[in-house]
Amino acid sequence: MASIDSDSESSHKKGPGVKKAKKLSTNVDMTPMVDLGFLLITFFIFTATMSTPSTMRLTMPKDDKKPEDLTEVKESGALTIMAGRDDRLFYYEGQLAADGANFQSTTYKEVRDVILNKKKQVIAAHQHDAGCEKIWARNGGDRNSCRDKDFVVVIKPNENATYKNSVDLLDEMAINDVQRFALIDITPQENQFVQASDQ
Amino acid sequence: MPSVKIKKKSTWTDMTPFVDVAFLILAFFIMATKFKPPELVEITTPKSVSSDKLEQKDALRIDFDKDGRVFLTVQAQKTEDNVLKKTLIENINTSRNLGLTEAEMNAYVSNTMVGVPFNKLKGYLQLKDDQRKDVLEGIPVTDSADNQLATWVAAAANAFSGKPLQFMIKGDNNAKFPSFKGVIDAMRRNEVFKYQLITDPEGVPPGSELYKLNLKQQRAGS
Repeated sequence: MASIDSDSESSHKKGPGVKKAKKLSTNVDMTPMVDLGFLLITFFIFTATMSTPSTMRLTMPKDDKKPEDLTEVKESGALTIMAGRDDRLFYYEGQLAADGANFQSTTYKEVRDVILNKKKQVIAAHQHDAGCEKIWARNGGDRNSCRDKDFVVVIKPNENATYKNSVDLLDEMAINDVQRFALIDITPQENQFVQASDQ
Repeated sequence: MPSVKIKKKSTWTDMTPFVDVAFLILAFFIMATKFKPPELVEITTPKSVSSDKLEQKDALRIDFDKDGRVFLTVQAQKTEDNVLKKTLIENINTSRNLGLTEAEMNAYVSNTMVGVPFNKLKGYLQLKDDQRKDVLEGIPVTDSADNQLATWVAAAANAFSGKPLQFMIKGDNNAKFPSFKGVIDAMRRNEVFKYQLITDPEGVPPGSELYKLNLKQQRAGS
């Protein structure tokens, strides 16, 4: 009993037979608690879904059968992009030539340049249009929006293209600030060219 | 030579600040975690630069997975809207002559996710939630003569008429275009032209037109 006779003087004051209460250490071993804490942290890190999904607004054109209601597109300002299997991408400007002379292939990385080049080309060819600018001024918009009013991108995925391809192309419209674009079914003639280049 | 005595240092360190930090992080993760509701089919959504956040509103959600199976879920936040779900399934029941019983219709109201053609809907609604996973074959959309999703969308638009209803599309990266087209067709037949595609957020590529536009807006705002 080392603790009893360690301090003989103080125990003497309280008289014989009175045991002094042992002073307990306040130092608690925290290791198990820390272990548990970190276990929970790892659990929550793995289960956490940090990024909330975003949404992309998409407005489709009305399916008009009447030819007089259809939006007219200037041939010079049209760019048609077709998506095929295995992330392949093709495009042509204006109307597709019967022999496919203007049918070209590209990739998802290069398509941005294709779109921007075409846009620049359309803006350069733009002639002053007072009527359009008036409409924009009335609506409080930017009159420069008239410069690319003839620029239309037509997106045509074929049956082998994936949903990702379509969304990527729609995204590209947002990235390049293309105001007018449409998602349309591919024509049999175009699909022939796409499949011929797929091999 | 007097020998230098090296004082023996204690290996004991005070772990209290360490523990404090650990529990702070723990508290953060507990707060920030929002558990994903269990999903019957796994769908990996494509990425987009769109920064619009997904809003929790009454919505009709159309999912399609990588095999092109299409599923439809009615997302209504309030329990009062159960009446509307009931109206929806009653519409379907009468327009397609399915002969659903009251119990089957109530089963639909409690779990509105549907992924079977109409001729199998009766059997599907009799199954328990955890058994449904094995019979999911998707709502037919690719056949333009029998786009059953169009019937569903029509019934939903009818049931929710007068209430704002959003249309959301959640598709898998590897789904083929025809199933996406079938979904769009179903909407178009019901004169629904505005919908939202659920995507994963992605950074805007620097130097692009959108990047410049965003910068301009930021400057104007600040």
